[in-house]
Amino acid sequence: MRVLIAEGRVIDPSQGIDGVRDVVIEDGKIKEVRERGKREGGKKAGGSRNVIAAEGMLVLPGLVDMHVHLREPGFEYKETIKTGTAAALRGGITSVCCMPNTNPVNDNSSVTEFIRKRAMQEGACSVFPVGAITKGQRGEELAEFTMMYEAGCMAFSDDGRPVTDGMIMRRALEYSKILGAPVISHCEDLSLSAGGVMNEGLLSVTLGLKGIPSQAEEIMVARDIALAELTGGRLHIAHVSTARSVEIIRAAKKRGIADITAETCPHYFSITEEAVRNYDTNARVNPPLRRKRDVEAIMEGLRDGTIDAIATDHAPHHMDEKQREFDLAPSGISGLETSIGLSMRLVDDGVLSLMQLVEKMAFNPSAIAGLSKGTLKPGSDADVTIVDTKTEYSVDAARFVSKGKNSPFDSWVLHARPAVTICNGKVHRWE
Amino acid sequence: MSLKSKDLTGIKELDTEDIELILDTAAGFKDVLGRDIKKVPALRGKTAVNLFYEPSTRTRTSFELAAKRLSTDVVNFSVSTSSVVKGESLRDTALTIQALGAALIIVRHPCSGAPHFLARHLEASVINAGDGTDEHPTQALLDLLTMREKRGGIKGLEVAIVGDILHSRVAKSNIYALLKLGAGVRLIGPPTLVPSCMEELGVRIFSDMDAGLEDVDIIMMLRIQMERQGKGFFPSKEEYFKNWGLTARRLMLARKNAVVMHPGPMNRGVEIASDVADGRRSAILEQVTNGLAVRMAVLYLLSGVKG
Repeated sequence: MRVLIAEGRVIDPSQGIDGVRDVVIEDGKIKEVRERGKREGGKKAGGSRNVIAAEGMLVLPGLVDMHVHLREPGFEYKETIKTGTAAALRGGITSVCCMPNTNPVNDNSSVTEFIRKRAMQEGACSVFPVGAITKGQRGEELAEFTMMYEAGCMAFSDDGRPVTDGMIMRRALEYSKILGAPVISHCEDLSLSAGGVMNEGLLSVTLGLKGIPSQAEEIMVARDIALAELTGGRLHIAHVSTARSVEIIRAAKKRGIADITAETCPHYFSITEEAVRNYDTNARVNPPLRRKRDVEAIMEGLRDGTIDAIATDHAPHHMDEKQREFDLAPSGISGLETSIGLSMRLVDDGVLSLMQLVEKMAFNPSAIAGLSKGTLKPGSDADVTIVDTKTEYSVDAARFVSKGKNSPFDSWVLHARPAVTICNGKVHRWE
Repeated sequence: MSLKSKDLTGIKELDTEDIELILDTAAGFKDVLGRDIKKVPALRGKTAVNLFYEPSTRTRTSFELAAKRLSTDVVNFSVSTSSVVKGESLRDTALTIQALGAALIIVRHPCSGAPHFLARHLEASVINAGDGTDEHPTQALLDLLTMREKRGGIKGLEVAIVGDILHSRVAKSNIYALLKLGAGVRLIGPPTLVPSCMEELGVRIFSDMDAGLEDVDIIMMLRIQMERQGKGFFPSKEEYFKNWGLTARRLMLARKNAVVMHPGPMNRGVEIASDVADGRRSAILEQVTNGLAVRMAVLYLLSGVKG
């Protein structure tokens, strides 16, 4: 089976390509990326049977989202591996790393194996499980890193909950060195964030909602960087949301002592706490939406390389859970299907070049998670996202493929979305 | 005559015209309350429901009586706090009440924004009778009416609000209303309970009560919730009273005809000394009477919107 993606603008940071090229796929692998219109085997490219005309579109390595909640096992009413991966695909994402806060928690190899098996059977895209740092995500004892790694986990995180005990975090960073796998830290000082539901400030006071100060995140970012320096472990900081966090990470990277990377999410560079003003539970997320100066700092952090990756922290919830009192609604945004549309705005606004954007959404997250994805190099898996950037559409959360319709971006007008997603050679064309 | 919105979710959502209209209407109803027969047929045939998710005696009774004075049928629907977390959703409960024919739903809820949520989902008029630590608009309106009666107007008054501002929906609603009507507002209390960011609203903040009371016309004391002690907001009620309790000595620091107000229920000897609470400067019982008039006005004006 052979597919030709003809005359699209190929952006591939792994090979330094930015130009109009043809991409040839054969047997589920990238065969070659070549100058357009070149003949192959005496036959003109245009004559091939499976041709995707990509003229005027972007041809990118399949996007890699290293922070996704697929909810299965345990919370299938919110999302399943099947629906979550289908939503990813619709969003141009061909690989997802799924967080372990399921029920049971993915803190042992049987759960990892279950997820891998289910993903193999029903998954629409590639699934890479993230194992828990501690048993039951209770923050007390290390989970079986190497056994989970052998079963298919590529990173470890207690995401959704911080590792409160500094000694446990230290041990996690030390122990994971056996594998070279990153420890992904959800940075939150629970004593400062307790009971909080939005960013702390004048708005939280005037809405009568309990605030979470930026410092609840920043203190833990600083602690974990200090522990990464102490141990030499691989630290990846999840969902960076504040200006000071960006500063702390930037300074640490400059010192060059610690092995650290960081991600942020589209909502942290697209909207502010103002989205909460009408008690819109779809804007309730943890860490909370911050202020304009934070949004600006996040963008600058992306631009100057302080923040390596854009991940969605896709957190689908059932409508019944979100359609209630703000204090009682769960935190999270269904993000897979708006990720590229929102992120492309960074290119429009001159924050990132297209090359940088693809680094943050494919190449870097793949490298951080130790995957062989995020590239169009010959021989690699045929994961390709073809993005139409000249369309204009209104986000319709009710029609998300994901079970989670909880998006603060409903009815936003965006102009970039995948026209075709190819995952392991399988072609999905979107209307 | 009607308000611009179908609901009264908070003072934040009102403009000065709305506020003045409510106060003027309330002043009119006060005459009714002074009569022998304290009842008018203004809203005969309407149904109001008190939907209370928090225990309340005075506010609920005040709304109930206000509705009855207007010849409205009124039903009390009390829900225990535990069923907020489990059991029927707020939306389902409210839709049920609406389906029973209630045109006015008066809601008190421990979660901020609950009335706003209901207002979006219901056709009935929603009246906020206190939501979490957000607002308690009718309390502020009755406070304004009291101040207006005592001083002839709000503009130019210097008002000190003393106590747990952070968690007080009464304080919040009063701050917004007073600023809208051109009064000067001072917030006095421990820094743990008076967020410094509130200065951005245009108020002055004092932790030294003596300094804060200088030249004020109105002293509004807030109830201190004892359960806050032990959560680290202040060390003991004795220390609280020493620093922020209103005593006769402190009252002397304000303007000589300064009015003392308190939304009740009071903790005598914690935020206010008994002799001050019962003293001649105290307007605390007049506040209660005005509450009735203000709630009649709100019910009346919101019914007008619905025709």
